[in-house]
Amino acid sequence: MESIIAGVVVFTLATFLGVELINRVPPTLHTPLMSGSNAISGITVVGALIIAGSGHGLLTNILGFVAIVFAMINVVGGYLVTDRMLKMFGGKKEVK
Amino acid sequence: MPVWVLTLSYLVAAALFVIGLKRLGRADTAVQGNRLSSVGMLIAIVATLLDRQIVAFGTIAAGMVVGAAIGLWMARSVKMTAMPQMVALLNGFGGGASLLVGVAEYMRTQGAGLDLTTDSALTIQLSVLIGAITLTGSFVAFAKLQELMTGQPITYGGQQVVNSILGLAALGLLGWLVAGTAPAWALWAMVGLSLLLGVLLVIPIGGADMPVVISLLNSYSGIAAAMTGFVIKNDVLIIAGALVGSSGIILTQIMCRAMNRSLGNVLFGAFGSVQAGTGTAVQGELKEISVEDAAMQLAYAQRVVIVPGYGLAVAQAQQVVRELAHEVERRGGDVKYAIHPVAGRMPGHMNVLLAEANIPYEKLLEMEEINEQFPDTDVAVVIGANDVVNPAARKDKASPIYGMPILDVDRSKSIFVLKRGKGKGFAGIENELFFDDKTRMLYGDAKATLTRLVSEMKQV
Repeated sequence: MESIIAGVVVFTLATFLGVELINRVPPTLHTPLMSGSNAISGITVVGALIIAGSGHGLLTNILGFVAIVFAMINVVGGYLVTDRMLKMFGGKKEVK
Repeated sequence: MPVWVLTLSYLVAAALFVIGLKRLGRADTAVQGNRLSSVGMLIAIVATLLDRQIVAFGTIAAGMVVGAAIGLWMARSVKMTAMPQMVALLNGFGGGASLLVGVAEYMRTQGAGLDLTTDSALTIQLSVLIGAITLTGSFVAFAKLQELMTGQPITYGGQQVVNSILGLAALGLLGWLVAGTAPAWALWAMVGLSLLLGVLLVIPIGGADMPVVISLLNSYSGIAAAMTGFVIKNDVLIIAGALVGSSGIILTQIMCRAMNRSLGNVLFGAFGSVQAGTGTAVQGELKEISVEDAAMQLAYAQRVVIVPGYGLAVAQAQQVVRELAHEVERRGGDVKYAIHPVAGRMPGHMNVLLAEANIPYEKLLEMEEINEQFPDTDVAVVIGANDVVNPAARKDKASPIYGMPILDVDRSKSIFVLKRGKGKGFAGIENELFFDDKTRMLYGDAKATLTRLVSEMKQV
C-alpha cells in the first residue's frame, strides 16, 4: 500500500502543476498544445520497453513489441507533427 | 547503470516535460518547448534501455524502428486539415500501449505464479480498462472525422441503459480480478468489454462535438499513461501522465464553455438528433448573389471580416482565403479573421489552417475582441461556419444552441455566406442569419467560389 500512496501523492501534485501550466494558453496554440502533450503521454514507451525487454516468454514479448510500436508512433508522430505545425506559426513573421 | 542514475535521469526527463509544456504555451517559445520535451523523452528512453532489467534487445529494436517509421510517415504526410484525425489516432495508440503493458504485466505475474498485492492488481486493471476505452474510442473518433463512418450521432433506444450495464459489468470484472480469485478468462472479458465501451461511448457523439471528445480522449491517454506508471512503479510515467491528463481536462472545459454546455450533455446528449427540429421556425427566403456582384462589393469594402468554419477545412480553401484577403488589402481595405473557439473539429483547428496559409496571427481575433468590431464591418464573409454564427443562440430561448457564445456576424453591415448547399447546419438547426436582409448566399464548394471571387476582384 505504501507505494501506491506515494504514487498518488506524485500524481496529485503533477495534476495541479499541469493545471497551472496549461490554464493560460492562447487559443492559437491549442492544437499544437494538444499534439505536443499527446506526444508526452507516449511516455508509456518506458513501460513497454521494460515489459518487452524482460524476456518473459513469447506472449509477453509479442504484447511488448506491439506496445512499443504503438507508443513510438505516439511519441515520434506527436513530436514531429507538433514541430511541423509550430514552424508554420513561426514562419508568418517573415511574411509581415 | 546504478539505480540512482536511472532515477535521476527520469527526474531530468520529468523536469523537461514540465518546462517544455510551459514553453509550449507561449507563441515565441513554443518550438523550443516542444523540442525540450522531446529531449526529455529521449533521455527517459535511453536511460530505460541502459537499465539492467532489459535483457532482450531484439524485440525492442524491431518495435522502436517500426513505430518510429510509422510515426514519422504520419507526421510528414498528414494534411493540416486532417489534424483532428491525426491527434485522435495518436491518442488511440497511446491508450493502446497502456492497455498492452497492463495485460503483459498481468500475464507475467500470473505466469510466474506471483501473488499480486491489491494495489498492484488495481493499477494493472485500471491501466487495461482506461487504455482500452481510449484505444477504441479514439479510433471511432478518427473514423468519424475521416468520414469512414457517419459523423451524425448514432443512437438507439435504451442506449444509456446498455452502456451503464456494460460499464458496471466491466467494473465488476475489474473488482473480481483485483480480488485475485478470478479465472484467466476474466481478464479477456474485461478487455473485450472495455474495447466495446470505447466504441459505444463515442458513436452517439456528433461531429460538431468532436473538439470536446478529442480533448477528453487526450486526457484519458494521459491518465492511462499515469496508470501504467503505477503498474511499473515509475514516477516519470505518473508525472507525465498527470500533466497530459490535466491539460486534456482543461481543454475539454474550455470547449464545453465555448458551447455553453456541460460535459455530461456533450457525452450523453446526442446533440443534433434528439433536439433537431426544435426552436422557432425561421421566416423569409434565402437571397443569392452572383460572384461578380460579391466581388464588386468586396473590392470597395474598407473593413472585411472573414469567419472560417469547418467548411473551410473540408474545402481545403485556406490558401485561397489569403489570396482573397490580399485582393482586399491591395485596395486599401482591412481584413481580419474571427475565430470561434469551437470552429472546426478540434481546439485551435482554424488557427492551424490559417497559419498554414501564412496568415499573420495578429489578424486572427478571438470572439470577444472581434464581436466589438462587427458593427463597423462592411462585409463579413462566412466560410463554411454555421452554428457559431447563428443569432438564435442569443435570442431564441427554444433553440437547442440558446446561450452558446457566438460571433455577432449579424451586426455587420452586410454578410456573404459561402455554403455547399441549402441544408441545415450540423446541429440540424435553421440559421436565421442566412435569412437576414443583409445576407447574401454564395452556394458551391468554398474553394471554387473563393477562386472565382479572387479572379473577379482582379478585374474590378
